[in-house]
Amino acid sequence: MKFFKNEMVSEFFEDKLAVGGLIVFLILCVFALFPSLFSYQNPYDLTQLFLENSFQPPNHNFWLGTDEQGRDIYSAMMYGLRISLYVGLASTVLSVIIGYTLGLISGYYGGWVDTIIMRIADIQLSFPAILIALIIMALWGQGVGKIIIAITIVNWVYYARTARGVVLSEREKDYAQSAKALGMSNFGIIFGEILPNTTAPIIVIATVRIANAIILEATLSFLGLGVPITQPSLGSLISNGYQVLFSGYWWASVFPGVLLMVLIISINLIGDRMRDIMNPRLKR
Amino acid sequence: MLKYILNRLFHSVIVMFVISFIVFFIMFKAGDPVQLLLPPDATQQDVIEMRHALGIDQSFIKQYEAFLKNVAKGNLGTSFVYGQPALEVVFERLPATLELSVLAMIFSILFGIPLGIIASIKPKAWYSKAIMFLSLSGISVPVFWTGMVLVLVFSVLLGWLPSSGRGEVYLFTSAFTWDGIKHLIMPVLTLSFFQLALILRLTRTGMMEVMMQDYIKLATAKGVPRRVVVYYHALKNSLIPLITVIGIQFGQLVAFTIVTETIFAWPGTGKLIIDSIQNLDRPIVVAYLLIISFIFVAINFLVDILYTFVDPRVRM
Repeated sequence: MKFFKNEMVSEFFEDKLAVGGLIVFLILCVFALFPSLFSYQNPYDLTQLFLENSFQPPNHNFWLGTDEQGRDIYSAMMYGLRISLYVGLASTVLSVIIGYTLGLISGYYGGWVDTIIMRIADIQLSFPAILIALIIMALWGQGVGKIIIAITIVNWVYYARTARGVVLSEREKDYAQSAKALGMSNFGIIFGEILPNTTAPIIVIATVRIANAIILEATLSFLGLGVPITQPSLGSLISNGYQVLFSGYWWASVFPGVLLMVLIISINLIGDRMRDIMNPRLKR
Repeated sequence: MLKYILNRLFHSVIVMFVISFIVFFIMFKAGDPVQLLLPPDATQQDVIEMRHALGIDQSFIKQYEAFLKNVAKGNLGTSFVYGQPALEVVFERLPATLELSVLAMIFSILFGIPLGIIASIKPKAWYSKAIMFLSLSGISVPVFWTGMVLVLVFSVLLGWLPSSGRGEVYLFTSAFTWDGIKHLIMPVLTLSFFQLALILRLTRTGMMEVMMQDYIKLATAKGVPRRVVVYYHALKNSLIPLITVIGIQFGQLVAFTIVTETIFAWPGTGKLIIDSIQNLDRPIVVAYLLIISFIFVAINFLVDILYTFVDPRVRM
């Protein structure tokens, strides 16, 4: 299956900023995949943390300093990057699968199925996303798996809505109609014909929303409702460092924050470019 | 029109009803607030008495029924923790939250739209690229991170601005006293940075899309001055979709005050809701969420009405 035409790919590489974003993102992905290769302390291993190393400013032993438990900020950031990216990607993939399937079904069948799914979506959208995630996490407690589910519960709605809108216009098109005339089953038409034809816009939205999911995770972790510091994400590192910011230990929160910002900017640069390419109204 | 309004109103009431039920149910399932309210050395008798006093010793259906009866009387229950009516507790703190949200929204609009127009007229110019890169960081930076950097620079390093509290309050707001304004600057900037960037980007995309339309080309071709084309014909039409976004985003702003208020120890509803969820203070959580969704619904409703005035093609 091919989702993007060749000219779209070459158009993407015309924009230097977007290419820069892609390169930075790929480098960060390598860090996240093999954090142990790029760090000299494993933050999960409590026997490697020594209290006499607490609050070291950046030096040649601890490149970016340490926090109150002697956790090396640089190493923890590499592992934190992994958790942040993992939560962002996993929750986005899950919400795409759930939201897209429900949206396709809702749009294709219409009727009461459509009504139920879209009413649930309406009710959910009458609330700011962060509030729903916050309530779920406050009641469930911290955890990586829990936060992935919470973000999925919040985000599926957006894909469901997009998919539904796309199906409503696609199902009237000739190819879908002829598949129907040929006696193809509804299931076959939805997943065999319409799905491959509508994947590109969903990929673009998903790219942008990975960044959103990562921000949401970081925000919840900052509020102490996301990922615990024993298994830190960038957000929980920032949260942990923020508590000692006023004591002058700025490195514990500033460096993870900068990395988080770089990560999200790189994703947004890619997403932006893809969105511009896909927007037919900006074509001359 | 009247039919449309009534229809919307009915729909909103249903939505709020469903929300109250779901939240009530979740909080019912979440656990027993009495464990958190009583001191650890409380006897079994104390627990039973307190559960009875709070009315949480009854079945879920009974409790929800009692809640609905109270709602009909305009009472959303009494807070388990504060012992005051939940609505009162929330309303006491609501002005502080709304103050932040409204000021942040005004600030975002005042700067976002003009910057978006500038960036759209000559997209290849260096200043347009600079604006766009700034706006990209605006949507890429989590709210809490903006707040943290501001605190680090202006409170910890420079010592210019206070990092917590509301300062001197006069007539529901701190915007009328110098002390209050000093307290407001950082929370409002924190809250508006993302919105400003978003509005800026939407204005730019909208303007660029409209500028490609035939009627703009026609206006230019027949000799209408560039200034009039941009600021009258194009702007007018690209602002219409923005109204919807601003409406939706206001709700987001109110929600994100939770983060801003946590950072700046702002005495609004954000701090209240986090504490109340953790204390399982159901009446406060239900009251807060109903008020927020009411604000959300009301604003979206106003936006729809406004829409029919600015875009005559929309008919209800």
